[in-house]
Amino acid sequence: MRPGLLVTIPLYTGFDATTPAMQFVELSPWIPRFNINYNLGVDGISMLFLILNSFITIVVVLAGWQVIDNKIAQYNAGFLIMSGLLNGIFASLDGMLFYVFFEASLIPLYLIIGVWGGPRRVYAAFKFFLFTLMGSLLFLISLIYLFVQSGGSFSILDWHQMPIAMVPQMWIFLAFLVAFAVKVPMWPVHTWLPDAHVEAPTGGSIVLAAIALKLGAYGFLRFSLPIAPDASHELSGLLVGLSLIAIVYIGLVALVQEDMKKLVAYSSIAHMGFVTLGFFMFSALGLEGALVQMVSHGFIAGAMFYCIGVMYDRVHSRQIVDYGGVVNTMPKFAAFFMLFAMANAGLPATSGFVGEFMVILAAVKYNFWVAFAAATTMIVGAAYTLWMYKRVVFGAVGNHHVADLKDINSREFLVLTLLAVGALGMGLYPQPFTEVMHSSVNELLRHIAVSKIL
Amino acid sequence: MDMQKLYLLVPLAPLLGAMIAGLFCRVIPRWVAHTAAISGVAIAFITSVVIFNDVAAGNTFNGPVYQWLTSGDYTFEVGFMIDQLTVTMMLVVTFVSLMVHIYTIGYMQDDPGYNRFFSYIALFTFSMLMLVMSNNFMQLFFGWEAVGLVSYLLIGFWYTRPTATLANMKAFLVNRVGDFGFILGIGLVLAHFGSLDYKTVFEQAPDLAQATITLFPGFDWGTVSLMSATCILLFIGAMGKSAQVPLHVWLPDSMEGPTPISALIHAATMVTAGIFMVARMSPLFELSDTALSFVIIIGSITALFMGFLGVIQNDIKRVVAYSTLSQLGYMTVALGASAYSVAIFHLMTHAFFKALLFLAAGSVIIGMHHDQDIRNMGGLRKYMPITWITSLIGSLALIGTPFFSGFYSKDSIIEAVAVSHIFGSGFAYFSVMAGVFVTAFYSFRMYFLVFHGEERFGKAHEEHGHPVAAVHAKNDDHHAEVHDGDLDDEEVSPDHHHGLAPGQKPHETPWVVWLPLVMLAIPSVVIGYIAIEPMLYGGFFKDAISINAEAHPVMEELAHEFHGAFAMATHALSSPVFWLAFAGVAVSWFFYLKRPEIPTAIKAACGPIYTVLENKYYFDKFNEVVLAGGLRLLGRGLWKGGDVGVIDGLIVGGAVRLVGGISMLARFFQSGHIYHYAFTMIFGVCALLSFWLLRA
Repeated sequence: MRPGLLVTIPLYTGFDATTPAMQFVELSPWIPRFNINYNLGVDGISMLFLILNSFITIVVVLAGWQVIDNKIAQYNAGFLIMSGLLNGIFASLDGMLFYVFFEASLIPLYLIIGVWGGPRRVYAAFKFFLFTLMGSLLFLISLIYLFVQSGGSFSILDWHQMPIAMVPQMWIFLAFLVAFAVKVPMWPVHTWLPDAHVEAPTGGSIVLAAIALKLGAYGFLRFSLPIAPDASHELSGLLVGLSLIAIVYIGLVALVQEDMKKLVAYSSIAHMGFVTLGFFMFSALGLEGALVQMVSHGFIAGAMFYCIGVMYDRVHSRQIVDYGGVVNTMPKFAAFFMLFAMANAGLPATSGFVGEFMVILAAVKYNFWVAFAAATTMIVGAAYTLWMYKRVVFGAVGNHHVADLKDINSREFLVLTLLAVGALGMGLYPQPFTEVMHSSVNELLRHIAVSKIL
Repeated sequence: MDMQKLYLLVPLAPLLGAMIAGLFCRVIPRWVAHTAAISGVAIAFITSVVIFNDVAAGNTFNGPVYQWLTSGDYTFEVGFMIDQLTVTMMLVVTFVSLMVHIYTIGYMQDDPGYNRFFSYIALFTFSMLMLVMSNNFMQLFFGWEAVGLVSYLLIGFWYTRPTATLANMKAFLVNRVGDFGFILGIGLVLAHFGSLDYKTVFEQAPDLAQATITLFPGFDWGTVSLMSATCILLFIGAMGKSAQVPLHVWLPDSMEGPTPISALIHAATMVTAGIFMVARMSPLFELSDTALSFVIIIGSITALFMGFLGVIQNDIKRVVAYSTLSQLGYMTVALGASAYSVAIFHLMTHAFFKALLFLAAGSVIIGMHHDQDIRNMGGLRKYMPITWITSLIGSLALIGTPFFSGFYSKDSIIEAVAVSHIFGSGFAYFSVMAGVFVTAFYSFRMYFLVFHGEERFGKAHEEHGHPVAAVHAKNDDHHAEVHDGDLDDEEVSPDHHHGLAPGQKPHETPWVVWLPLVMLAIPSVVIGYIAIEPMLYGGFFKDAISINAEAHPVMEELAHEFHGAFAMATHALSSPVFWLAFAGVAVSWFFYLKRPEIPTAIKAACGPIYTVLENKYYFDKFNEVVLAGGLRLLGRGLWKGGDVGVIDGLIVGGAVRLVGGISMLARFFQSGHIYHYAFTMIFGVCALLSFWLLRA
């Protein structure tokens, strides 16, 4: 596991940023009867997510250390399986292989919530499972349709090149949309996420927010846009609209939450709205901004959930009213929490700013009013984050639980430092993150600008 | 090449100081923290002087430090633009900051957050320098938000006080409303100029002067000038940061922070970032008369109406805060009149005398043992002579007494407005003229109440009327609360309302406190006389500020009438501006020293007006009830109605109930009792048999 991050380093150092082609490709037959192959490879879009995933896995294991005292081996095994399956998703070049990984990744997360979760864990686990499963059935049907239409290929790259008429494109796009929208999650299929987060153990929330939410967005880039480009253009208005609803509506909902985890969960949905908004404006700035936002959200939302977990481990409550004046007893923690709260509010010099900045700027060019709606997050995002911070951290000591708090230990300090380095590093110098994307993003934009209708 | 290294040193030295004081604030002794922070800022100041001389010799610079991001066709860089405007700001920022750093040693000596405080103010200096030295909009926005962050941290420095943590959140959010406009303005710049680099943008600006954008397709009025839209959106950012109506509401509340930062951030430097920004963007604003009119009208409303509020304040810091708002209005008016150099000139003189007034107020607060109510003071001149003299100098500069620095800058603003022909300049002229009287009145009201007249300190406070007494009561409640629940009661702020015990006398403050007062008093007197000629008429700013002289010939007309600094001051003695200020001082003397019963009588006579002023024109109430309350209500409605009600309740719950219902039906047939199945079978056989038999 800890070597897990080490083996991903050559992915970055050995990556050739000048080509949009798939790199580090592996290909061996898996089910020859249906021409299904174990076909892996990465490009500038997926590479960063493999590294992020391995990084977050370390954070999760450190976060659970000494905290999880029930079935420790199984807990860690669950996260390692999860990590492997998520890597599989980001690296799959075969549609069926992707599908298997995509579905299989539900199982460990389902178990993590269901076994190590909070009091309503069974309800949350079921809701999570059913929502996502419902979406992916339509996805499977589309995959089979594409297999048949392409004359017996499950290769995603073949599908990219395959001409498809407008009507089937629309159906394929909509089927993909249902599957991916649930995962992102987009309004109105987002309600599973707050419940899942609330009941999940801290590690589960971190993986869910940092990596699992990226799967749907990644699916749009790997499947929807290149396979059904004409439908994507046709329906881009719908997607932009749903993204703006996520940003504005969910932002307001986050404002009134009383449970910290729910608040951050809603804030995650709002931030993912920037990702889908960035995709469907079809500009390099917007698309790369969306990708930056995805990576950045991994650091920040992961860190926010970890901060809440640190407090939960001590007080066993996630309710804002049960806190107040935490800074008096946990000053070091309060400083980290401040950093991540500001990152969540999109303060420049943190990674949270970069993605939002790029997407908002791209949106002004796309349509002024879209940018206007998206930019309200500057106000609302700051409002819900800082209001929570004020009620939890500032003030006089609220009650005897807070008075008894012990400041973070060196393990927690390490975890928070790792995440802080990520969030700050990406904010101060985002260039290394974006320069590996350029070729792939430009190729994708060039590809979807060409009609597939014969 | 060497100069470029110096440019880097200017922001990085305070940053390093901030990191030493901040990251190790719990382990290092106090002298390490303040030495680190003060040396950082001192290095920045000395370096700025060197750079100033270099720029004055004609060596400007514009270039990147590193490439921050590339995406699509766009490149975003971190870089510096060092020209006359920048160095002026650098000198003002680093000098005032250095004075405030020294002062802080004395002011914060009893505070447990000493190291943290030094870390914040050094970090502020770094952020502000990044803002003024930027050569592009991205870095400008970085500095813009970073100073906002530090302001947030410092207003809430005494985080156990509920008023402080409310005030800092309010400050951040109101500033975010401004930034909302600002980022859209930046977006329009990028979309239409293809770059965020100042030089590239300014060079293209004249070509796009006539460009339009369509905001509301299908309507004639839906198409507006690109330049106007961009400039107004950018100016909305300035309205937040420089506290212009209606985004001014955060500044009076920011007085919850320790006094040194009220001087540094909320008077001298950060709040003038908006003024600096508009001056920096002069090549854009010059192309839009609409935007300039917008600027001048907002500025004149702020200048006059915020001055009125200063008249009724009784908290010494709040009087100075409203005076700051009003003076920021003056600067904004100057911007709207295309007199950018005059605005920067007033920014500079104001930075000195307003920092002086705030630090003097802080000195009074120390002398009064943290009583801030001017009604409890009086006659302090005997006990605090240095504070008294320096305050007098600051007040004289503020009201525009001839030969003092404030006179030169404020008189230039008034003259610029008088010759301006932009829409709104008539109203602006009225506002700035009336503002002169109001400024003189409230400044000397405070001065007389604090330093002259009867000694009212050292008595019990009960006799006082409603508002401040209520604040006292609230704070006392809070105080009790802190002692109940808080284990760490050292955190109770030294700014707390304690006051002098009966019979106790105020005392002069230690040298680290009064030395900065003296150091700031010097430029408050002389800088106007020295700088007016080169800055306004000697072409000091060269290309740093660009004015469309044909459309807005304000500066030419002023230059025509200018015959040297000495002549300007002597000439002013016979002008109405001087007599207005004189009248303000005289009236306040008559009201507060000669016949103290008059103000009470007026207060009683003007009940409704007084109530409106007392409630600060109801801006706060509107924001709290309508905006904050409305948004929370909307959020709750969307959550309970949308998410819980419709999506989870109706759709998800409905689907679950549907599946559940069908299952219930199906379950009915699977009872597990053999006789049910046997009966059903027999019944079925009978039914089928009879069906076939009957059909046959």
